[in-house]
Amino acid sequence: MRPLTEAETRAVFEKLGRYIGENIQLLVERPDGTYCFRLHRDRVYYVSEKLLKGAASIPRGSLVALGTCFGKFTKTQKFRLNVTALDFLAPYAKGFGVAAKSTQDCRKVDPMAIVVFHQADVGEYVRSEDTLT
Amino acid sequence: MAAAVRVEELLAAAAPGEREAPRSVAVEKELELEFDLGNLLALDPNPPPAAGLRGAGPRREAALRALARDNAQLLVAQLWALPAERAGGAAGPLVASLPEPSCRLPREKPPPKPRPPTRWEQFARLKGIRRRKRTSLVWDEQAKEWRRRWGYRRAGGDPARSWLLEVPAGADPEEDQFAKKRQEKRERVARNEFNRLRNLARAHRASTAIPAPPLHPTGHQSRQELGLAARVARVSTASLGRFQPRLPKEPVELPPRGRCSKKRRFEPVLGDLAAERGRQLELLKAMNSKKPALDITRAVNKQLREEDAEAAAAKGKKQKQRGKRGRRQQQRPARGGRKSGARRQQRPAGGNITGGKRKKA
Repeated sequence: MRPLTEAETRAVFEKLGRYIGENIQLLVERPDGTYCFRLHRDRVYYVSEKLLKGAASIPRGSLVALGTCFGKFTKTQKFRLNVTALDFLAPYAKGFGVAAKSTQDCRKVDPMAIVVFHQADVGEYVRSEDTLT
Repeated sequence: MAAAVRVEELLAAAAPGEREAPRSVAVEKELELEFDLGNLLALDPNPPPAAGLRGAGPRREAALRALARDNAQLLVAQLWALPAERAGGAAGPLVASLPEPSCRLPREKPPPKPRPPTRWEQFARLKGIRRRKRTSLVWDEQAKEWRRRWGYRRAGGDPARSWLLEVPAGADPEEDQFAKKRQEKRERVARNEFNRLRNLARAHRASTAIPAPPLHPTGHQSRQELGLAARVARVSTASLGRFQPRLPKEPVELPPRGRCSKKRRFEPVLGDLAAERGRQLELLKAMNSKKPALDITRAVNKQLREEDAEAAAAKGKKQKQRGKRGRRQQQRPARGGRKSGARRQQRPAGGNITGGKRKKA
């Protein structure tokens, strides 16, 4: 387990920034406690200080995971965000969906065209049971 | 020597009556023998007595021995016919001069493998330096005689001669020049030895090397070999490929993991969390602030460069068409073009300073 290097931090923040924009500050600096990112076996965990202190005493080989896994670094050092980060990103999200058209097409398209598909995740029907008709 | 002893044994063992009867020197053969006296070789083309050699036993042994004795007798007779002289005076041994051997014997040991050229040899070949044959004796002025170039009693190498060494102009007067000279000699010898061993190691490595796939383009390289060649080419720059632009579909090389890289140092796990937070916030600020700013200036500069390139290319074409006259005629109208106008936009401060203070002298 170790803190992220600058390059790794940059990669993580860039990815997060695509989903929550400038609200990453709210993740880094929270009023209700000190949270930090730690790297363990190529996975990035978002963990509170208290939990971190406890986990620091576990030997590296035995430690499986800690806190919340935000994502992992692939073999070629690209950062992949995991769905386990959803709880933390949802409050600040800029909207979830799958792009229906490519970036170039989005610019040229007329205002009424469908650009984003909102695909439901597994729990959405249950969560939004009341609001869905 | 062995033959002489055996003869004596035989004579002693034989009955006293038979001792007097000498063996015949004449040998009868159907075909003449071929002799290569340089190799002391006698070749007998006669077919062997078939009946005598069949079956093991004392009869076979006797037949073989008789055959050998006859052939040896003929060979010795040939040797006695050679021109001989007494070596070392009248009482010395009789020495026959053998002719050149006609049969070429095969190599006893395998031929030496070609070793790779040393660094000096490569350099010399590159520069075309050839070895100049040096004389083995050098004239020694002080001793007034010819002495050998190196070794025992060499020219100028007498230790007693260098009893005086001048202190060179810029050197420290307290420095021991003799010790310095000895030190330098030791260093030279050590360097020479080191280079010799390094050449040996290089030759050894070359001989036991695994044949690597060729990096230059042949027509028969596989995809993997081409990938290897591309990777090697990328790393073969002064910065080891760190600032090489990537081709459109070239994959990113992952940093060397495992034991290859130097030991990386990380922050401690439970270090100063406040400082870590501070650093991350600063990084965020930098990331957010950098995004729009560079883009515009970069884009504009790129645009200007492209325009310049186009103008230069157009100019070049026109010059080629018109020849030398075109260059002189083209210079004046091209100056008041888009270029200067566009530049004034980007550097207003610089333009104003020179523009405002210009006075006609």
